[in-house]
Order: sequence, then C-alpha cells, then structure tokens
Amino acid sequence: MLMEPGKKIEVRDLRLAYGAKEVIHGISFDAYRNEILGIIGPAQSGKTSLLRCFNRTIEFTPNVTVSGVIKVDGQEVSRVRNVYELRRKIGMVAPLPVGLPLSIYDNVAFAPRTAGMRAKSDLEGLVEKCLRQAALWDEVKDRLDSLGTKLSGGQQQRLTIARALSHQPEILCLDEFSIAIDPVTTMRIEDVLKELKKEMTIILVTNLVQQARRLAARTMFLWKGEIIEIGPTEVIFSDKPANRKTYEYVNGIFG
Amino acid sequence: MAQPNSDMRRRQRWQRLSEPVIETVIRLCGISSIVFVFGIFFFVFREGAGFLFKGLDLSQFLTSTEWYPTSQSNVRYGVLALIAGTFSVTVLAMLIAVPFGLGAAIFVSEFCGGRMKETLKIVIELLAAIPSVVWGFIGLSVMNPLIQDVFHVPVGLNVLNGAILLALMSVPIMVSIGEDSLKAVPDSYREAALALGATRWQLIYRVLIPAAKNGLLAAVLLGVGRAVGETMAVLMATGHAVNIPKSVFDPVRTLTATIAAELGEASAGSDHYQVLFIIGILLFSITFVVNLSADLIVKGIRKK
Amino acid sequence: MFTETPLIRRKLRNEFAAKCVFGLMALAMVIPLLVIVGYLFWKAFPLLSWDFLVTNPTNGMRKGGIWSAFLGTLYLVGISLCISAPIGVLAAVYLNEYARENWFTRIINLAVVNLAGVPSIVHALFGLGAFVLFAGMGRSIIAASLTLSIMTLPVIIASTKEALSAVPISFREACWNVGASRWQTIRHIVLPNSISGILTGVILQVSRTAGETAPIMFTGAVFFKKISEGNLFAYNLKDQCMALSMHLYTVTTQVTEAPAALPYAIATVLVVTVLAVNALSIGLRVYLRSRKKW
Repeated sequence: MLMEPGKKIEVRDLRLAYGAKEVIHGISFDAYRNEILGIIGPAQSGKTSLLRCFNRTIEFTPNVTVSGVIKVDGQEVSRVRNVYELRRKIGMVAPLPVGLPLSIYDNVAFAPRTAGMRAKSDLEGLVEKCLRQAALWDEVKDRLDSLGTKLSGGQQQRLTIARALSHQPEILCLDEFSIAIDPVTTMRIEDVLKELKKEMTIILVTNLVQQARRLAARTMFLWKGEIIEIGPTEVIFSDKPANRKTYEYVNGIFG
Repeated sequence: MAQPNSDMRRRQRWQRLSEPVIETVIRLCGISSIVFVFGIFFFVFREGAGFLFKGLDLSQFLTSTEWYPTSQSNVRYGVLALIAGTFSVTVLAMLIAVPFGLGAAIFVSEFCGGRMKETLKIVIELLAAIPSVVWGFIGLSVMNPLIQDVFHVPVGLNVLNGAILLALMSVPIMVSIGEDSLKAVPDSYREAALALGATRWQLIYRVLIPAAKNGLLAAVLLGVGRAVGETMAVLMATGHAVNIPKSVFDPVRTLTATIAAELGEASAGSDHYQVLFIIGILLFSITFVVNLSADLIVKGIRKK
Repeated sequence: MFTETPLIRRKLRNEFAAKCVFGLMALAMVIPLLVIVGYLFWKAFPLLSWDFLVTNPTNGMRKGGIWSAFLGTLYLVGISLCISAPIGVLAAVYLNEYARENWFTRIINLAVVNLAGVPSIVHALFGLGAFVLFAGMGRSIIAASLTLSIMTLPVIIASTKEALSAVPISFREACWNVGASRWQTIRHIVLPNSISGILTGVILQVSRTAGETAPIMFTGAVFFKKISEGNLFAYNLKDQCMALSMHLYTVTTQVTEAPAALPYAIATVLVVTVLAVNALSIGLRVYLRSRKKW
C-alpha cells in the first residue's frame, strides 16, 4: 500500500452522475492526517455527493454511476472487504440534526451495538466519552433515558456528533452541520472540532466561508463539480488566490 | 471501530452469515404476490380447462341466454343472461352509489372540520366492515318485504334489492378514494376560485370535480370492481331467475351467485363443474381489467 | 363598509344550501349503519345471552346456540392470520426497503393490487382447485384458512407498506452512516416504529376474515358439525368446521321453521364482533397517534 506518509484520503479522477447528469467532473485531491480540510462552494456543487462517496452511502441512491478511485489509508473504498467497517471508520454528520427515536443512551450506543459490543461496562464508558467529546454530556447526563427526538436542534446535532464518534472513526465528515442550529451551539461545536483534529482527520463541508477560514488549515473550492482551487486557507482567503473565481466567491461577489 | 475484540468479531461474523438468509426470505415474500396471482389463474383455469378446450361451444357460451346445465336431454351453457344479471345490478348500484358517494366525499373534504371529519370517516369505515352475508340477510329479511310494500310488486328479491345492497357496500371505498383525490387538489385552486367570487356550488362543480376527475374515476372503477365481484349479498337478494331483466323489479342471477349456488351440486370433474370454473376465469378477467385500469389512473394522478 | 348586502346574504344562503345537500348525502351513509345495527339488535334480543354463545346448535339448528360456529370462525381467523401476517409484513418490507424502482417492482405492485381485487368466489374456486384438490388437503380448516390468508395478504401488504413509509428516511440514513446494515436498520429502527400501523392493518383483517363466506363455502366450512362445548381445542385442523358467516347463510336460506329471532341473533353476533374488532383497530390508531415518538 504505497501512499505518501501523512495522506489519509486520496481521490483520483472521481466522476459521479445521477442518471445522465454528471455532477462531479473528474476531481482529484488529497486529505492529510490530523488536518481539517474545508470544502466550500455554492449549493449544487457536488459537496454532499462527494462525502457520500467516501463512505459509500451513495450506493443507497438509485440510478447513480461512480467512477474513479478513492483511497482511504491506501485502500480503495470500492474494494474493501467489509463496507460496514469502512462506514465505521468514517463518521458522518448530516446538515439536518437527526435524533433516532431511541433514548439518548441508545442513540450513542447504537453503533457499537450493531458492531457487536454488548458489555454494559464498555458501552457506558463509551457513551459518556462520546457525549463529553460532543459537548453534550453536562446537559443530558441526568436524562439519558429520554427520547433523542425530543432534544432541541442544537442538542440533536451534538447527539449526531456523539453518534458519529461512538464508532471511533479515523475520519469525521461534517456536511454543513450548522445550517439548522443556533450560533452559540455552532461555536461550541467548532471548539469540539478543534479538539478532535488531534485524533482524526476532519473534512468540513460548509456554506459559511468564514467557518472554513476559522477552522480549516487547507481549503478546497468546489464549484459545479470541479475543483477551482485547493490550498492553504490563508491563500484561499487572501487577495491573491490562484484563481479569480475563488476571490469572487469568498468575497460574496457570486454564489 | 478501533479495537474490536473477539466477541465482537464473532458477532460480526454471525451477522455476515445470517443476514443474507434473512434477506432471501424477505425477497421470497416480496415476490409471493406475483406467485399467488398466477397461482389463482392457473388453478382455476386447470379445473375448467378440460371442458374449455374440448366440448364447450364458446360462442354459445358467451351469446346465449339459455342456461340449463342440469337438463337431462338438452344441456346448454349460455351465460349471457348471467352477464346481464351482473351488469344490471352493477350499473344500478353505481347509479345510486356514485352520486351519494361523491356527495359524501365532497362533504367530508370541503365542508367538514376536525372532529366531525374524523367521526364521519370512522362511521363510513364501520359501514364498510359489515360482512356481505349480513347484507344478504338484510336484503332477504328487510328489503324484500319493504320493496314489495313500497312499490307494490309481487317479488322483492330482484335487481333493485341487490343494487341497493351493492351501493351501500361500495360507497365507503368511493368516499375514501374520492376524499383522497379531492384532498390532492391544491388549496390554491380553491382560494383562486373563491377570490374570483365563485359560490361553493361553482367551486365544486367547475373547479374541484374537473381537477380531481382522475381520482374520482378511479374511485368509481374500484366500486365497480367491488360490485362485480360481490357474491353473498347478490346470491341472497337478487332471486334465482336466469333471464335478462326487463325492469328493476325482475329477479336475476349474477355470475358470482351462479357459481356459489351451483358448485355444491355439480359433481367434481363433470362438464357443469368445469363450466363453473370457466365462469370463474371470466370473472377474474373482468375484475383484473377493471382494477388494472383503476390502478393506472391512480398512478396517473400520483405522477402529477 | 362591510355590511351585509343582499348579495352576500344570498351567497351565505347558497353556501348553507350546498352544505345541507352534501351533508344529507353523507348522512345517507350514517343512517343505514345505525338503523341496521339497531334493527338487528332489536329483533335478536330475545335470543341473545351468554348461553347462546357457548352452547351448540341443536334440533337441526333451530334451537341452542352457536358455539361450534363461533369457535370455527376463531380457528379460521387465527390460522389464516398466522399465515398471512408474517408473509404480508415481510413482503411489504421487501417492497419498501429493498426493492429498486424498476419494471419488476412495478409488476409486483400490480400483482398486489390485482390480488386485492379478486372476487371472493374466485378465491373459493382457487382454494378448491389448489388446496382441497391439488394439495390433497380435502375440505378442511387448513384448506379454508390458506384460502382466507391469500385473500387477506394484499391488504396487509398495502397497510404495512404505508406504516413503513411513515418512518422518515432520515432515520435510515443516520443508521447507514454509522455502519448499520439494511436489515439492522429495519430490525432496530424501522420495524419497531411502524409496528403500531402494522398492527392496525392486521386487526382490520381479522374482522374481514370473520365475515367472509364464499371462500370457505367449498373449502372447509360445513353445514353442521358436532363438537364438544366449551372446549377451545375441539376442532382438528383436518376437520371441516362451522363458521358464523356460513351459519348465518345456512340458517337464513336452508333451515325451515327456525325461530324468527335466530338469524337476527347470528347476524348480531357477527356484526358486533366485526364492529368491535374494527373499533379496536381504530382506537389503537388514535391512541398511537398521540404517542408519536417524533
């Protein structure tokens, strides 16, 4: 498995089409270990579809053709032996907060349980650890039995993060996680991400360019299924990025 | 997960083995309905096929009104009178049920709010739950003397009796589907019409019904399917005369009632027995076509 | 400015008239139901009692109760639902959770719709040809139950599908994202959260099965059969049995000089059973709607 040291994800010439309509036109890029890679771009750029290719949940959408290579830790994702293990390696946070109709405890214990973990002591420790990491423990520690669906939006989003952390992923993908939650919770989650990058690689798709500026070391500007520019965040947000379009998007001239 | 222990690995292995089996069972159940539809056609056909291909005069079968299956000397199998029986009862039933059913659907959809709507829908659902043999019994014991008294006719077991019962039986499904299709008409239509000053009558007659006509048509077709296939109620309430009715007060026999009434007496494998199965195929085909059309129409409105 | 003009008054009258007309049409549904149930009850009154339910008919069915018929109906309903409920639910799981949108799925859905529209007497012919004759079961409870189960299958499939699709897809996606397989998602999230809708649909089929006559007439129901009273296990699966619906038919059409109240009493028991089961299902639906988890 020859892969440059430090690379977590390699994408080569990825193409994605829904039926006859191609939405990702042969993109290639890398994501390095323990970095936060920001992906910015207007709606319908292919950002969400890209994430779904990583953990192969794109396969649940009918009529989809994917070509190209995605490698995680040098292994091609389309050829892994156990796709569920791949999905457990990658944590995914969707734009809209989702609390499963289970107790908060069961929400976080769901992934370990489906992976076969049964020992109560293991589970309890894991649930607490994940809820703490997601900055939700203090608010719910006295009511772990209550339904996850009855939490507020901001709490449910943190619950989703706790769920994503519960299977100890090496990569965490966040897809516009802040669009449906309040600014205070967003700030708290951003602090969480800064902590988490010490342990894992984070791919942060966001429509708030300032969020990428705050968190990401490198940023990628994806527009209409093509990478316009990818590089250090300072360059992307400077007055002289490599591509004029980047400057225009970042400064709100279009998008 | 980071470090799955041997217990977890064992459970994951078990999952990998057992899941395909479960999913195969699910897939088999999924195709079961196709199997059963074919099965029904196959086994009914099988029992009647012998006579169908050797011996049955198909043109006489479909065009003659003379149904004398048990005659000693001159056996004739003409089902035209039976078809007329089914047809007359169904048509009359629809003439009664459609206006009432649509009217009720309009009432529930346009004039009812909250509590009343729920209650009315529940009552209509309960009406649909009454078994057909009970309807037949009511036709025999209640409607029979009632028709004789009200209309001064000698026989109360006739087309009218059966049609009233069938109407009451088909109305619930028409109300429910009719209401669904009226609900599907966007509120913007109603608001636009009322803003232009239309009265409720005009709104219903000129806007809603045309807009919902696909669904309403499907509702009627499903009601027809129900009426054509109904057995016990018509068996008990339409009388036993095999002839083409000249008025609604004539007794008739439907295709379904004929099978039910005569199958017990026909000896297995005999020509009579096989002809009854052939009538079954005829019924299956009619309801197949009616239901198929209704389904295609419903799919048409869903696509919009 | 906004005073009532004659034009507005006329419009209100129109509106009220429309409401009345359509309301009367709806009432034309409500009234028959109440009248029928009331009338049946009233004419059956002299014969209704607990004894009526648990004693066997005697004297060529002119006297005694309806125990054998009632028990027969219980057997038929129970067995047929034990067959059609699991198959129906799993078939709906396939259609809603696994099947892709292609021509094959379209055909399956078509088959379900058509199966639902098959006339009950054709089901009887099928049962006769397939179970009684071809499979060699003879006229028996098992043959009749199988016939009934094929009749109820499509409706269970349809109502289960509806219950399953009421579970939002976001739940499924959340499960897939953490590495759960399709079946794990169905087993832990989808099924437990649609069981209420599924149950409602199955219960409704109970009342339908109890009322059907034609499918059992030639496949296992019989004019008369003597069984021991008060014994829940009195019937053998290979026997024929009596049934409430069949009993009503025979007493009405073939038993002479029966007491006038008898067929009314049978009809009342049948209708009350059917309505009670339906009411249970509706009540369940209303109760569960108030306990929604999301």
